[in-house]
Amino acid sequence: MDTMLSAFETMVKSVSDWVTLACDTPFARAVVFGVPIRGHLLVEGLLLVVILFLLSQKSYKPPKRPLTKKEVDELCDEWVPEPLIPTISEEMKYEPPVLESAAGPHTVINGKEVVNFTSANYLGLLGNDKLQESCTKALEKYGVGSCGPRGFYGTIDVHLDCEARIAKFLGTSDSILYSYGLSTMFSTIPAFCKKGDIVVVDEGVHWGIQNGLHLSRSTIIYFKHNDMTSLQSILENVTHDNKRTKKIRRYIIVEAIYQNSGQVAPLDEIIRLKEKYRFRVILDESNSIGVLGGSGRGLTEHCKVPIEKVDIVTAAMGHALATEGGFCTGSARVIDHQRLSSSGYVFSASLPPYLASAAITAIDVLEDSPNLITKLKDNIATLRKGLSDVKGLEIVSHPESPIVFLRLKKSTGSIKGDLQVLEDIADHLLKEHDVFVATSKRAIVDKCKLPAGIRLYVSAAHTESDLGRACESLKKATARIFEGQ
Amino acid sequence: MITIPYLTALTTYFSYGLLFAFGQFRDFFRKIVDWWSHSSLQGYAPICLGLEDFYIRRLYLRIQDCFNRPISSPPDAWFDVVERISNDNNKTLKRTTRVNRCLNLGSYNYLGFAAADEYCTPRVIETLRKFSASTCSTRVDGGTTTLHAELEECVANFVEKPAAIVFGMGYVTNSAILPVLIGKGGLIISDSLNHNSIVNGARGSGATIRVFQHNTPSHLEKVLRDQIAEGQPRTHRPWKKIIVVVEGIYSMEGELCKLPEIVSICKKYKAYVYLDEAHSIGAVGKTGRGVCELLSVDTADVDVMMGTFTKSFGSCGGYIAGSKELIQYLKYTCPAHLYATSVSPPAAQQIISSIKVILGEDGSSRGAQKLARIRENSNFFRSELQKMGFEVLGDNDSPVMPIMLYNPAKIPAFSRECLKRNVAVVTVAFPATPLLLARARICISAAHSREDLIKALEVISTVGDMVGVKYFPAEPKKQQLEGDRFKLD
Repeated sequence: MDTMLSAFETMVKSVSDWVTLACDTPFARAVVFGVPIRGHLLVEGLLLVVILFLLSQKSYKPPKRPLTKKEVDELCDEWVPEPLIPTISEEMKYEPPVLESAAGPHTVINGKEVVNFTSANYLGLLGNDKLQESCTKALEKYGVGSCGPRGFYGTIDVHLDCEARIAKFLGTSDSILYSYGLSTMFSTIPAFCKKGDIVVVDEGVHWGIQNGLHLSRSTIIYFKHNDMTSLQSILENVTHDNKRTKKIRRYIIVEAIYQNSGQVAPLDEIIRLKEKYRFRVILDESNSIGVLGGSGRGLTEHCKVPIEKVDIVTAAMGHALATEGGFCTGSARVIDHQRLSSSGYVFSASLPPYLASAAITAIDVLEDSPNLITKLKDNIATLRKGLSDVKGLEIVSHPESPIVFLRLKKSTGSIKGDLQVLEDIADHLLKEHDVFVATSKRAIVDKCKLPAGIRLYVSAAHTESDLGRACESLKKATARIFEGQ
Repeated sequence: MITIPYLTALTTYFSYGLLFAFGQFRDFFRKIVDWWSHSSLQGYAPICLGLEDFYIRRLYLRIQDCFNRPISSPPDAWFDVVERISNDNNKTLKRTTRVNRCLNLGSYNYLGFAAADEYCTPRVIETLRKFSASTCSTRVDGGTTTLHAELEECVANFVEKPAAIVFGMGYVTNSAILPVLIGKGGLIISDSLNHNSIVNGARGSGATIRVFQHNTPSHLEKVLRDQIAEGQPRTHRPWKKIIVVVEGIYSMEGELCKLPEIVSICKKYKAYVYLDEAHSIGAVGKTGRGVCELLSVDTADVDVMMGTFTKSFGSCGGYIAGSKELIQYLKYTCPAHLYATSVSPPAAQQIISSIKVILGEDGSSRGAQKLARIRENSNFFRSELQKMGFEVLGDNDSPVMPIMLYNPAKIPAFSRECLKRNVAVVTVAFPATPLLLARARICISAAHSREDLIKALEVISTVGDMVGVKYFPAEPKKQQLEGDRFKLD
């Protein structure tokens, strides 16, 4: 027993001696800041071994376990979708008044004749004998629909005639017809503005343009509504010191008369800026064709700008021309490009021929009777004069705009609140005074932030007494509504 | 799935390669000339950069006379195609006063309502007198007339849904409705061959878009399971909602949607079904109520039913039909309802009247006859084409039948040779189809008589031999078969 113990002791001692010897070798005696440290070489050696061992190992990855069929089943069972639509609130149940006759300057609602200010029938061409006759003829000859897109036998000779007529009227080289006003802008814009292009656009543009911009995937920069200094500073910022901008397409998009405010864009100033900074201009003339300028050729005529300076002009025909559809006009290059690249043109059935024929006749009538435009201008002036002192409301539209836009002098703080007050006024007008006006409603997808208002569409067909009645009853209605508050 | 023969694929690629090479060659010289003459605007980037319009300049313009052919009559069974001439190698085409009376195999005039109709036309003109051609106003302002209310009721009743809303254009219907129904955090699962309007609507909505293989319910199920399990990209939150968008009849394939399977899968995974019946409403089904009726799917299982009036009804516009709440919500929020001019009254009347004819409410059996006729015509024409050895796509009962052409040179050849023999067909190439899969498309109408169809078949057969598009062996004629049997006996 003793011998075993002593043998063990000697063994331990010899090992410790060996360790001490190893540590005490002259190499191992390092002096750091005057303090001798023993044995570090061994420790470092061991560390090195550990590091090498760890490096040789594969790094740890959590095992990839795809969801099992059962788990996916459970997830699918657990998933609860939102309802397709939110619950219907009381305001969503709004039903617009139903017209019992044509939407002319006078119409019938609930069996009563009312004065209609909701129809953008600026020149009073709705129900015009010549238009009716050309529609009837076209209906008898071609039927109603065209039963196909333009590419596939949906091109009827009246379409080509109509395109030529529009181009001749506006002094451009060619034009292209779209089958719906709203689709004109949102097809034209993505045909030209592509990913990477820069588009500078007014913040007050209507939804058709907004949607076109969204679909184009371009870089979009908004400038303050109808504010030329804001536009200039943005153009300056975009082009300043940026050599790349020379190689990419740049566009300015404005409306001639803004649907959302009745403002008129200062085209001469825009053209000056466009030429200075080398941008192309896309101009939406939906509300100005047949209205602005001595012969109704729109904003270009009004501002005395040659139409060639505006690269792309679009317009809906559902306003002054009293038909439907839309067109785009410009140089032959611009138009030809759209015939294969514009989705609303290529992938949609063409405009019903009778509407194209109505557009041709409407332009003929417009050219033959310039007095319609003077009458419209007089009517706008009369209405504006009569509405200048309505309690609680102010006119914010341009003096020559056929959309007379009335806004609350004192906003309630939210668009929704404003709209409620305005709708009360409109309701009261229709029920008590037989005057039919519309408020500027907004879709939830609309990004326009401009204040809401009451829109009165003036027509050349309104008589002086219609306008007088509108003014008088609006005064009474506002007095009534604001008193009640 | 279309399986393209190996040799054909090779020759097609070769043709496009050659066209591309020559196009590049010409572009090269064009550039030198442009550089010489400095014609481009200084300081502006060109409207089309580099290859953006290469296809149009160098491929499309060569054969542009096969497209956009103007007509000078209604698109009925026979119509007048205006002759065009070109003095600059097809770069520009000029209209002449000469017309050719041709058999129309191109228009979507499925029920023959395109031309003046004894019941519809007088009513349409009467409406024009009463309501004029337009309302110049949006639906929510002053554009809702009694006619629009009647139309919506009539459509809802026709498609067997509680309510409907109508718009002035089919394209807008799709592209303006989808953004209202779904947005960020939502998922749209779309058939790979859906129409451009659906694609644009889906893109405009801001929702995530996933595609499933054309008309393959099993793949749809796989996509649905994967997506529900995975949730939204990066955040992995569960999807807010999923909408599956399919078409009733695919206009470029002539195929019927496998609706029963798709509906049952969507039901299982709680996805909403959006069915675009642009080509099927009015054209198929016993009473013309579309694919739901044809494939006996309960319309209650389809959440959103969309369709257009351009095709079977011979008018214009589109509709959405669904629950009362859905329509109320759309009427409150949809931009096309708030900002677009309402449906032109005469067009609305055309829809109402044609639906009445289809349903037999005009007091005649013309509607039922038309429906029987289009079915008979379509099935006859399709089976004859197949017998001749053409590669015809699509299902029985569908009035749309594409004939595969493949090679780019066969596109203008087929179209021009048919036109020479007074048969107007539509040829479709890129961008409406994939580059390799060019085709001719035939749309059958109830207005076609049996003689018309036999004439068309004769012409197409001759041209098919000439151009070489009978990719399958022809089936021996019946008489021959009987003769052979007789000999054997």
